[in-house]
Amino acid sequence: MSSEYLIKQLSVFINNEPGRLAQIAAALKECNVNMKAFNIAESSGFGVFRAIVDDPDKACAELSKKGIVVKETNVIAIPMVNRPGGLLDVAKIIGDAKINVEYGYAYMNNDEASFFFRVDDAPAVIERLLAAGIKVLKEKDI
Amino acid sequence: MNYWNEKMETMPLNEIKALQLKLLRKLVSEMYISSKFYHGKMKEAGVKPDDIQTMKDVSKLPMMKKTDLRDNYPDKLFIRPQSEILRYHVSSGTTGKPTIVGYTRNDIENWSESLARAFVSSGLSNKDVMQISNGYGLFTGGLGKHYGAEKIGATVLPTGTGNTARQIELMRDLPVTAIACTPSYMFHIADECERMGVSIRNDTKLRVGILGAEPWSESMRKKLQERTGILAQNCYGTSELSGPMFTECTEQKGIHVWGDLCLMEILDKNGDPCADGERGEMVITMLQKEAFPLIRYRIGDISSLEWEKCECGRTHPRLQRLSGRTDDMLIIRGINVFPSQIEDVIGEMDFLTPFYHITVSSVNYMDNMLVEVEITDDALTDDMIKMEKMKREFDRRLKDVLNIKAEIKLALPGSMPRVEGKAKHVTDTRSYE
Repeated sequence: MSSEYLIKQLSVFINNEPGRLAQIAAALKECNVNMKAFNIAESSGFGVFRAIVDDPDKACAELSKKGIVVKETNVIAIPMVNRPGGLLDVAKIIGDAKINVEYGYAYMNNDEASFFFRVDDAPAVIERLLAAGIKVLKEKDI
Repeated sequence: MNYWNEKMETMPLNEIKALQLKLLRKLVSEMYISSKFYHGKMKEAGVKPDDIQTMKDVSKLPMMKKTDLRDNYPDKLFIRPQSEILRYHVSSGTTGKPTIVGYTRNDIENWSESLARAFVSSGLSNKDVMQISNGYGLFTGGLGKHYGAEKIGATVLPTGTGNTARQIELMRDLPVTAIACTPSYMFHIADECERMGVSIRNDTKLRVGILGAEPWSESMRKKLQERTGILAQNCYGTSELSGPMFTECTEQKGIHVWGDLCLMEILDKNGDPCADGERGEMVITMLQKEAFPLIRYRIGDISSLEWEKCECGRTHPRLQRLSGRTDDMLIIRGINVFPSQIEDVIGEMDFLTPFYHITVSSVNYMDNMLVEVEITDDALTDDMIKMEKMKREFDRRLKDVLNIKAEIKLALPGSMPRVEGKAKHVTDTRSYE
């Protein structure tokens, strides 16, 4: 089953105004949710704050309650080795498998690192990665 | 050449008024017989053609509105058969349906005559070369001025809109002395000339601008004249009247409205005539239009009329600067835009909510329209490609409907202000002072 490899990511939509990031961070602190990785990007007219957290459902509920627009998005996580060339190993695999990455970002913790990325058809991509013998992380591995 | 049609342009005021009454009575009789629409209106108002005996009786006549044009789309208000109609022009209506106007040979002739008088009063003649940078095609501006300029024997350079660098090159290389365009486009040309190192004063022969199709101010005129050295003439008209019709003379003391072609009333809030020079709603009767006559048409503009004889010798009343609208119509880069048109397009897009706001601003004298609209929660996605696709779909459709490009911003669900009652959908930050 590829679905157990899907990682829930928070996609928080924010207007481009000073103080919005602090508002989200405060909401996450309040509900005692910890972040593993995050990234901020700008879209047409507003920003998207994407985060991998330890309890996405709880975070989602709390942020919604505060009137913050949030969605859960499925991403894929692949482990990387934290050394020069670590990304190359992963990028080669993704490239060889002809997978187009929509966006991605990384998480690092001493020797370990993870690459989180979003693709159009995640379950199919996971199947291909697994079939090629690639290690794909599950939510509990993070 | 001082006048194009001296007898008419300098006709004593009492004679103009007598002529207007004669033409009005003829028009009303014809409408009573030929226009099913206006016949019905007159019956409803309990007025017969014979009730119009003096100019004061004009107030008995029922008014026509923009919605009458919409309700009678496309040509139900025409009282001449297609075989007599030489041309159609089309402008934007209040909703999905545009406004269609039609012209007989005489209509085209009178339209050209009106502009011929106007151009000569602006100091132009057959010794001039006029570059027409108004849009040709469905818009009345280009073809209207083209015919007017040809009538006085001027040489026409029909550039139409766009490609400013090429327009400037032609203006420099040919002996162009006059230009017809919107005031904001003239500012744009001045900016571009500066960028290209072309001095309008020294490198061109340009001396007159016939500028209209959008509201502008005396201070804008002053700036433009100081900057470019040209005589910047204000021009008025709309497609319902035929197109651009009237301009100022070189005295620049108001737009001469030819009384033999147009009966202009200025009415106060109660519908009573305003005193000379007092601002009010403009109500227009086109006295000689054949294909698509207008009687007491509420055009939506607010201004005043001066009846005192002009220093140029012309006796016809002078329309002062427009000071607003009676409806919510916006004029963006010379194009009429109704918020209802934008609302219609929003309604067509299933990924948008009805919460929107329009902000109109002026950036370097060019109008900019920003449309912010909330996306639905279901459609909102973190997939930027999909978001861009939705934005583009809205953008394209909006451009098709409005004929101008708007800046679009998709707003987050719940982020647009909610108001009780009628929402204020438009913020216009342009200043006409």
